[in-house]
Amino acid sequence: MLNVEIYITLKKTVSDPQGLTIKHALESLGYQNLQEVRVGKLVTITLNSEDKKKAKQKINEMCRKLLANLIIEDYSFRIKEV
Amino acid sequence: MVKPEVYKSLGLNDNEYQKILDILKREPTPTELAMFSVEWSEHCGYTRSRNWLKLLPKKGKYKSLIGEDSGGIIVDDLAVIFKMESHNHPSQVEPKQGAATGVGGIIRDIFTAGARPIASLNSLRFGSLTQTYNRYLLRGVVDGIQFYGNCVGVPTVGGEIYFDESYTGNCLVNVMCIGVAKKTKLARARATGYGNSIMYVGSSTGRDGIGGCSVLASHEFKESEEKRPAVQIGDPFTEKCLIEATLEALATGYVIGIKDMGAAGITCSTSEMASAGNSGMEVDIARVPRRESNMQPWEVMMSESQERMLVCVKKGKEKEIERIFSKWDLNAVVIGKVTDDGVVRIKDKGKIVAEIKAHSLTQSPVYDMPYKKPNYLDRLNKLDINKIPEPKNYNETLLKLLSSPSICSKKWVYEQYDHMVQTNTAVLPGSDASVLRLKGTNKALAATADCNSRYCFLNPYRGAQIAVAEAARNLVCSGAQAAAVTDCLNFGNPEKPDRFWQFKNCMEGIADACKFFDIPVVSGNVSFYNESPKGAIHPTPAIGMIGVINDIKKVCTQYFKKENEIIILLGSSKEELGGSEYLKVIHGLIKGDAPQLDLRLERAVQQTAQEAIKKGLASSAHDCSEGGLAVTLAECCISNNDNVMGALIDNLDFIGRKDTALFGESQSRIVISCNKKSAGKIRAIAQNFAAPFRIIGTTGGKNLKISSGKNVLINLPIKRILDKWTNSLQSLITA
Amino acid sequence: MKFGVVVFPGSNCDRDCFYTVKNVLKQPVKYIWHKQTKLDDIDCAILPGGFSYGDYLRTGAIARFSPLMKQIYRFAQKGGLVIGICNGFQILLEAGLLPGAMLRNKNLHFICKYVYIKTETNKTPFTNFCSRNQILKIPIAHNEGNYYIDKSGLKTLEENRQIVFRYCSQDGAVNNQSNPNGALANIAGIINKNGNVLGMMPHPERSSEKILGSEDGFLIFKSIAAWLNPKI
Repeated sequence: MLNVEIYITLKKTVSDPQGLTIKHALESLGYQNLQEVRVGKLVTITLNSEDKKKAKQKINEMCRKLLANLIIEDYSFRIKEV
Repeated sequence: MVKPEVYKSLGLNDNEYQKILDILKREPTPTELAMFSVEWSEHCGYTRSRNWLKLLPKKGKYKSLIGEDSGGIIVDDLAVIFKMESHNHPSQVEPKQGAATGVGGIIRDIFTAGARPIASLNSLRFGSLTQTYNRYLLRGVVDGIQFYGNCVGVPTVGGEIYFDESYTGNCLVNVMCIGVAKKTKLARARATGYGNSIMYVGSSTGRDGIGGCSVLASHEFKESEEKRPAVQIGDPFTEKCLIEATLEALATGYVIGIKDMGAAGITCSTSEMASAGNSGMEVDIARVPRRESNMQPWEVMMSESQERMLVCVKKGKEKEIERIFSKWDLNAVVIGKVTDDGVVRIKDKGKIVAEIKAHSLTQSPVYDMPYKKPNYLDRLNKLDINKIPEPKNYNETLLKLLSSPSICSKKWVYEQYDHMVQTNTAVLPGSDASVLRLKGTNKALAATADCNSRYCFLNPYRGAQIAVAEAARNLVCSGAQAAAVTDCLNFGNPEKPDRFWQFKNCMEGIADACKFFDIPVVSGNVSFYNESPKGAIHPTPAIGMIGVINDIKKVCTQYFKKENEIIILLGSSKEELGGSEYLKVIHGLIKGDAPQLDLRLERAVQQTAQEAIKKGLASSAHDCSEGGLAVTLAECCISNNDNVMGALIDNLDFIGRKDTALFGESQSRIVISCNKKSAGKIRAIAQNFAAPFRIIGTTGGKNLKISSGKNVLINLPIKRILDKWTNSLQSLITA
Repeated sequence: MKFGVVVFPGSNCDRDCFYTVKNVLKQPVKYIWHKQTKLDDIDCAILPGGFSYGDYLRTGAIARFSPLMKQIYRFAQKGGLVIGICNGFQILLEAGLLPGAMLRNKNLHFICKYVYIKTETNKTPFTNFCSRNQILKIPIAHNEGNYYIDKSGLKTLEENRQIVFRYCSQDGAVNNQSNPNGALANIAGIINKNGNVLGMMPHPERSSEKILGSEDGFLIFKSIAAWLNPKI
């Protein structure tokens, strides 16, 4: 089986008010030197497959089709064997 | 042999355990013990409150309906079903999900009665916003209500929020839902007819909130952190689908009975449906759809997973029901059948895990609790107003009151709630009562939730009467006639006699006031054990009241409409300050007695306002409550964002101290505005009902100016008043 | 003329749109279940507001894969009128029938209140009953109404006069103060290039009767009716 972790984040060019709010909150708690905070989504998928290459292709497809909106979001993923 | 610590940890005492042994004539199984503990808890069984709940009137002007899980009234050929319920302890632990599941639960109580939910209200109480955790709670609760209510498509149209130190450590989240059905289409929460099927519908079962009801709702709070796992998670999307599927299923006529799986899930729904139908039931919980593996039978029985219901279906029609639910991608599984031996028999893969007479579960023990007037009360009730300094600057005093979180605008809250979906909201939040038109008729409903718990703390009997009177007054100000009540009774530990005395007196107060106004209490909920290590909350019998407006065109709102209109005060101000917001905010005192209340005077004032609105004579009507007359007048000036205006008040009757006239909270007062021609007619109406009537000023200008003879007490630009009132809450929350 | 109101699981303004067309506009209307694979004989499809699929993942992201959406796409290609309101607008964006995307409101809260919008063009099937620059009082109710499109996309919208509504103040000022949710260029509603698919965040069905506080939204329904049947 393959364990896939997909990270979906807002594109760098899109403002992220949630991230800004969290950054502000962290700063008010005394954490300094925060360059930037951005919030994203984590989707985990367990695949009944051993073929990493095929899986990669499938996950790319899923991301483009449904999981991410490429107008405003970027995605990346990690595949691990379990 | 069940050890005492086991049943005690489930909330059962030695006598109750002995009673269980007597009923079963054997040791209970773990599942049975769990079932008894839940059904005999205060939350489900009303063990400590029932003797006093009997006082409440059940009949009024409109025909009342008292169902298993909700109640209502008949208006022409419609049934209006409503109920208020508390979700205090879950919200204190996890405010967002606690509030969200509270909303979900009360909505299910309404649509399982066969009514489409058309509106929600809520009554919230928090400790001071100067404390971080209280701000977190307020934000979380509001977030939970908007998260659930907005998605499920039921508008949150009104409510109330108050702040007092007594709620630090135990916030109150009371949610109310109103639904409407054709009166012939109502559903009951009971199982009847030997051989009919018992179906499980909705979400799958997990370990959510196991024991939440008995453990969370029946013990005082000590370490809330530890209780986190018992929190349930709400899924408003599933609930929305469940509403549609359920109403569709009920329309087939194949559903005999239906019940929400709320507190203690399958336990309550099986035993209560069987008991209400005077029948028995046999279910196999192995068939219950689950989303977690290795669940013990008692865990399945006690799970409080949300968005699930138990349905009794005519034998042979199961497929029809299944088809409707699967259209909405929801489970619908036959898990058992109705029997005729009066026994609830629970099996797990055919093996019996519980076998109890349904009535013995639902006929919980009833206790006569001892009560005693609290020692501190006589001392607190003594207030010598001569020792209270009069304000040096009335302008500053008014502004300070208007920015008090209990008085200021709650826009920051209600703008996060979808209060318009379903397109019935004729009066939006921010007036005395919300008004909902009834589609297909010429009528409308008005709804409000009210309770001044400080009054109830100082004088439980009168405080509770005032809650009823004020709710009715709010409805009258919107053009409605008060019709029926749902109450949500929040109190401290009933085992402590001083707390129970508060409860008993509040019950008597509600009962007497409701009887006087001929308003029945058709549904409600009791929440005891609202205490933190610092003590009990102020007694808070929240009154949810529904009124009927016969002509939708005769709806009234609280804000002034036109310049140069006459401002009238119905009712009169007494020289009293006890329990007022003024005393608390300006002088730091919670002291004195609750304001006086003469029910006949109250009725006279309400009848006058009602008649004036009905005849189309009043441009606005606003109830005078917290903060007194000055705050009421300010709100009349500013609460319509698109059209704010000033007022000149130059004919007040100052019988004593000026601060009592401006900031005292004398009851039975309504401020009306009208055109010059109508004033005389309203005077005549007031005379007819023997209600005090006085013209106190005129609308218009850019300032609110209140003077006593030549002495100008208040003179403030409307813009300044508006800013203070509008922005205070947000700035306190984001502080 | 016939109207169809599409029902997705989680739609919650479907009944409101239905009521407005049937009881206020007094035109024939029916519900269309999202699993249908055939689009009935209709002249205008309304994608209502709500939380289709709970708004899980992203608003409108799952609904766009409903079987019916293929038919809506075809219907739009052939010039049929499609109006997406609130969640319906979000679905049209996800489906690619309109350009751009929705971000969370700038204040990170759901916002339900009356706002004012300016009718930028009345040369559309949805606004021909309005005058140009007419200011409408109409409510919004959403969490994700912060419209986004890249620079060139915005330029295209402007050049083709595809921006139909912008948030404004009571007296028509289009600026930051009158922008409730942070939407780019105060955009409240846009139309496709062909001029037959409109998406708007404000709710015209909530402001089509006097009793609800405004009748301005009704102009949009009247416009559609007039477009479909100029005789009435």
